[in-house]
Amino acid sequence: MTKKLLIKISKALLLARWKQTLVAAIGVTFSIAMFISLLGFMGGLNNLLDGLMLNRTAHIRLYNDIEPSAKQPVELSEHFKHHYNFVSSVKPKKEQLNIYNSAAIMRNLKKDERVKGVAPKINTQVFFNVGVVDLNGMISGIDVDEESELFLFKDYVVKGNYHDLKTIPNSIILGKGAADKMLAQLGDNITLTTTQGNQFQLKVVGFYQSGIQELDKVQSYASIATAQKLLGESDLYITDIQIKLKDMNLAPAMAREFRRLYKTEAMDIQTANAQFETGSFVRTLISYAVGITLLIVAGFGIYNILNMMIYEKIDSIAILKATGFSGKDVNKIFTSIALSIGAFGGLLGLIFGLVFSLLIDLIPFNTASLPTVTTYPVDYNLYYYIIGAVFSVATTYLAGYFPSRKAATVDPVVIIRGK
Amino acid sequence: MGNKLLEAKNISKSFHDPITVQVLKEITFDISKGEFISVIGKSGCGKSTLLYILSTMDTDFEGELLIDGESMKQKKEVELSVVRNEKIGFVFQFHYLLNEFSVLENVMLPGLKLNKLSEKEIEHKAYEKLKILGIEAEALKRPNQLSGGQKQRVAIARALINEPLIIMGDEPTGNLDKKNSDVVFEIFQELVAVYNQSLLIVTHDNEFAKRTHRIIEMEDGRIIKM
Repeated sequence: MTKKLLIKISKALLLARWKQTLVAAIGVTFSIAMFISLLGFMGGLNNLLDGLMLNRTAHIRLYNDIEPSAKQPVELSEHFKHHYNFVSSVKPKKEQLNIYNSAAIMRNLKKDERVKGVAPKINTQVFFNVGVVDLNGMISGIDVDEESELFLFKDYVVKGNYHDLKTIPNSIILGKGAADKMLAQLGDNITLTTTQGNQFQLKVVGFYQSGIQELDKVQSYASIATAQKLLGESDLYITDIQIKLKDMNLAPAMAREFRRLYKTEAMDIQTANAQFETGSFVRTLISYAVGITLLIVAGFGIYNILNMMIYEKIDSIAILKATGFSGKDVNKIFTSIALSIGAFGGLLGLIFGLVFSLLIDLIPFNTASLPTVTTYPVDYNLYYYIIGAVFSVATTYLAGYFPSRKAATVDPVVIIRGK
Repeated sequence: MGNKLLEAKNISKSFHDPITVQVLKEITFDISKGEFISVIGKSGCGKSTLLYILSTMDTDFEGELLIDGESMKQKKEVELSVVRNEKIGFVFQFHYLLNEFSVLENVMLPGLKLNKLSEKEIEHKAYEKLKILGIEAEALKRPNQLSGGQKQRVAIARALINEPLIIMGDEPTGNLDKKNSDVVFEIFQELVAVYNQSLLIVTHDNEFAKRTHRIIEMEDGRIIKM
């Protein structure tokens, strides 16, 4: 049978009961559209939730930790090498929090092909002096430009201009929670005491809101230079090097490499935030499960309609066979009917899915913890559309398979004599 | 009369459900080119069963069937469908046209399936056949817009489209009134006379049968008169 004839017959059979065909196609359209918009929506929310943490977290963080020496002095001694040494009451040693030779390390990292960017950081504890009360706080000294580019710093500065941090000396961006407690306004000068006991006055140039309330109560930002001044250290003093990678999945392996290479602690994001990955995986799994259920239900709809169609067309099948069409030809005709319903319905489904996604994207969504988000997030992942397209054709093929096989085995004699 | 188009050798058939009943017993005969044969007999004598075996649609039988010198016994379903398409034209008691297609397309379908001529040529041929049957004016109508007699003529045109060796009919006039029966018979006669077409028609109508070249009379699964 030629393709042209196959198309001609399938088309005629499809259009003869176009309403029924349309119902079948709408079933596919609906489920694919739901699949796309549901996955897009859930994917968007998922990315949002992941982004809450991941946007602001370095893929690898280099730092020095205060911890007891792995090797106690007695173990280094030749004399006691073959002894069992018991050391009680081990204390952590006085460690330099400063990363040694940080400038060279950063230069080296920036040359690495796998690295997207590097941002230095100084973390220090302070006390904010508000009247008679001292509030606990953390100040991170940051490179404003790098921090903005790699960790979207400016998205979280809800008031004031983040760039002032760089241009105005002795300035600070306060956490929203801390600012509320201190009743601080933009332009105010606040007093703080460092852990070394020195007092400083800093000018408030902005407020920072991360969406994590506990963090906003303590976390504030200053420029690297200001932080170095607070600590009374030189301009080489850096406590953290934050690294963003091009591929996040390389982080654990590269952390091991850097630990050996630079002789610092190196923490990768997967180890630091294991629960996030699990949560994100489970949410993705749920949305796929729901989406695929929708598609399977649509598949049964198509199966029913094709079955019905074959019972209705059984006379036509018999006559086609009597005039020289083989079972294989009849099978092809019904399979192509199923596939064209699937392809047509699927294509419409993709379009409607996109439209629904765009509509969801317009619905306002304001929440205090997410200052940058104004509408519901949608993930327009091409992958969802590919899965939707493949699945619509695959389910309709399967749904058409058994009815088509039944049509192929129709015995024309039984039908013709049955009259 | 020329060489043999179709030979039936000792064809027997039994139904096994619910009990074994032999419906055809050792049927042997042959058909030559240009013959107009009618098969008559009472209801249940096995004449329709025989026709379906001869048309290759029923393959569950004993004996030997040769069409155009080729044995049908060993052929697969796909090969048999090719034989039906190319060598046999079929006319049923009920017209069995496809309402999804126009009259012209109904006639063209077996030709398109055979795929030996271009679509244009097949269309041209279909018009010719409709003209022979005097219904070319209805070519673009749907089958359900035609009268019973017209439909049966369309079915005959469809049977003719691939210029088959033989046309088989299962009571083609059984559902028509006297006038339309006559028209159909005249068409058959013209096909034999003018186009040397072979015909094998199963019928109840003794009047119809008497006017054919040869009558095969069956009773209880046997040929009693040939």
